[in-house]
Amino acid sequence: MAQELVAASTLIFAATLLAALSGAPLLVPGLLSVSRGQLLATVLMLAASALGLIGAAVALISGSSEIFQLAWALPFGPAEIGIDPLSAWFLIPIFLITGCAALYARTYWHAGHYPHNVRKMTFFFGVMTAGMSAVVLARDGISFLFAWEIMALASYFLITTEDEKPEVNAAGTLYMITTHTGTLGLFALFPLLNLLSGSWLFPAAGSLTASSPLAAAVYLIALFGFGMKAGIMPLHIWLPSAHANAPSHVSAVMSGVILKVGVYGIVRTLSFFNAVPLWWGCSVLALGGVSGVVGVAFAIGQHDLKRLLAYHSIENIGIIFMGLGVALVGQATGSPAMMLLGMSGALLHVLNHALFKALLFLGAGSVIHATGTREMDLMGGAARRLPYTALLFGVGAVAICGLPPLNGFVSELLIYLGFFQGIQGTGGAAAAAAALAAPALALVGGLAVACFVKVYGIVFLGSPRAERHEASHEAGWPMLLPMLLLGSICLVIGLAPSLVAGPLGRVSLTVLPLLVTTAGLPLQELAPLEMITIAGALLLALISLVTFWYRRRLAGTVCSENVTWGCGYQRPAPRIQYSASSFAGMLTSLFAFVLKPQSHPPEIAAGIFPDRSRFSSHVPEAVLELVYIPALKRLYARFSGVRKLQNGILQQYVLYSLVTLVVLLAVSYF
Amino acid sequence: MITLADQLLVLVLLINFISLGTSRLIFSIRAVAVQGVILGILPGLIHPFSWHLVGITTVIIAVKGFVIPLLLVRAVRSAEIKREVEPFLGYVPTLLLGAVFTALSFGFAGKLPMLPEHQNYMFVPASIATLMSGFLVLTTRRKAISQVIGYLILENGIFIFGLLLAEAMPIMVEAGALLDLLVGTFVMGIVINQISREFSSLDTSRLTSLKEE
Repeated sequence: MAQELVAASTLIFAATLLAALSGAPLLVPGLLSVSRGQLLATVLMLAASALGLIGAAVALISGSSEIFQLAWALPFGPAEIGIDPLSAWFLIPIFLITGCAALYARTYWHAGHYPHNVRKMTFFFGVMTAGMSAVVLARDGISFLFAWEIMALASYFLITTEDEKPEVNAAGTLYMITTHTGTLGLFALFPLLNLLSGSWLFPAAGSLTASSPLAAAVYLIALFGFGMKAGIMPLHIWLPSAHANAPSHVSAVMSGVILKVGVYGIVRTLSFFNAVPLWWGCSVLALGGVSGVVGVAFAIGQHDLKRLLAYHSIENIGIIFMGLGVALVGQATGSPAMMLLGMSGALLHVLNHALFKALLFLGAGSVIHATGTREMDLMGGAARRLPYTALLFGVGAVAICGLPPLNGFVSELLIYLGFFQGIQGTGGAAAAAAALAAPALALVGGLAVACFVKVYGIVFLGSPRAERHEASHEAGWPMLLPMLLLGSICLVIGLAPSLVAGPLGRVSLTVLPLLVTTAGLPLQELAPLEMITIAGALLLALISLVTFWYRRRLAGTVCSENVTWGCGYQRPAPRIQYSASSFAGMLTSLFAFVLKPQSHPPEIAAGIFPDRSRFSSHVPEAVLELVYIPALKRLYARFSGVRKLQNGILQQYVLYSLVTLVVLLAVSYF
Repeated sequence: MITLADQLLVLVLLINFISLGTSRLIFSIRAVAVQGVILGILPGLIHPFSWHLVGITTVIIAVKGFVIPLLLVRAVRSAEIKREVEPFLGYVPTLLLGAVFTALSFGFAGKLPMLPEHQNYMFVPASIATLMSGFLVLTTRRKAISQVIGYLILENGIFIFGLLLAEAMPIMVEAGALLDLLVGTFVMGIVINQISREFSSLDTSRLTSLKEE
């Protein structure tokens, strides 16, 4: 066993190093042509992700943990890295999604088309992968912060791949500000943890009592710092523009994995504590519910395909938080079933969301590649030209809606079962919280279905709305293969959830060691996993049967082509079709109180022949534009006096240091 | 040997005053070069012989005594400036402040909780005094080249402090210090170039026009 584990950790370390160095040959001038360098980097990234995945899988199956001390002379005591089931669980999406995205990028962002930024993008892609892997491996505050910053900065450079465009730069700047605000929280978090545990090393799971005010401060700061990265409402403001403006495979990794690293941080921090008070669970549950419902409501109002997917990430992070909330409420009320169901639901949703969201972003990338626009109202009929992409995007869409027989259903079902355990349980506040949260999750699921009906209908069905943006070509195999892989894993988890039940149980045990002492319930007994398999298989059989029957019926009849939604007009035009905004109009107006949609109605001049006019509407990032920016402006005006300190005179800046130094010396002198 | 080291440290302190009091840039650069050479000799006087020490000494004398001063002299020649005119604070007040800081640093060093074997050395007060002189040059001079000189003096001050630890000092810290120096010089080199290109002058106070409104 021990031997096996050494191999696992060696594999993961090797994978991390390989990923970090994958883009380095491109930086040496004159060594390789850009295209060859990109090819080499792709091969190295694929090797890294294969190694990392094997390592993570071995570590998960063996289920024990190992810690290594780094020979690292820093002033903060020893630095440690380690692997345990929780790290291994998060390493799986990290290496899987980055590997898929790297292969995709070779065609999607080919060196021939983007000779100016491919070096930068390829290099930082590897660095970001290594940074994420290092974050989940770190076992002390200092190495964690190092890895965290490497990850955050590398992803800044990835977001700003096309830094010649002003909107890309704006998105990058917003990301930079928010990510560093979050890091500021983490800089406060680790010293507080140090106060609690007396060491910079991470405390063992469940070793700190959660009742002290200091513990509450740690909890709130972790929620702020990591929640900023995870994109929980209302800290999500960086997320839509960053995801929309990055290259699609980068958005896939950001949405699929980087947000999860934020979730990892919260799960890791929560795992330090025992005897968690009820309000922790309730607040996480409430945050999750708000993120889920408001996130999906914002998504419905979007016209930009990638922005829409970005808001869905917020929604799914909300679902993950709801699962965590169930687990925490269970911990507070002493219900091991709730703890296990909530935690394993949340963790499984972490993996599932990484899979289907990456699949959706890659699919969206293929469509954008083929049509040349992100604007959904200009697309249409893409299924004709991109049949495989359409099929795979459909798989992702069904999965994200939480419908059987795909993986999203399994994780959401686990969280629902957790709610039901809470409702049936001891009663009191826990039951009330669970009873309030269950309908929220149901609402999220329903709205997600509405939203993806809109996306699929507008983008893939119907006929092209603008000739210039007619989908031209199917994506090449390096773009389809990663999508196929992700789609099939979605299906496998959806059909055979018992495959992941064992590892999930082990991961939950490392996070919630209390489960060992109380009744250690296996996940299989709490959730009808076999039933899911049977029902899923039946459903799949039914779908294929209906498809087969439909195809046969269609083959025998004469088909005529017409414009979709032609409605019997004599001269229908593609513009007559439902648009993204008209489809979402009703739901957007229902949620107008948070979305604040803006529409610019057409001016119809009086007279017999009215002039040409135009109508446009959009849903702004309301939290950013209506809350943060006005508040910051007010703050700016209030503190304009302080800005005199920043006068641009270099000498005065040095003087500030000198004065600080002298004051410190004087203080220690007297 | 210790007395010789102390005498050399007095020389280092005097050189601080030279750089504080002179307006001629070339003279100031040479003074700092001499200071660098002295600092290179110092480790050999207080630590027993080792090849590690020889390595440190050679690198320090080469870098601080020759490479950086040569670069600076070239920068001065190419920019065709000889003197620092109109500093923010005049030369006499700067010298006086330097004297006050030196006195204070001696007083302060006496209060520091130090190992008994370090107690009688002049290293700590000399280090703090040099550091302060560097800061003074940095804050009172306008020309970018004077800024570099101030930065070098500051770095020398830190180096003197490090001398006490030379044996215990891991290579990483040494490398860090040298890297620091290199980066500092590079950044300043870039600043010098940029300022003279943008404003056709080497006056750092012109940088205020880069400030974001």
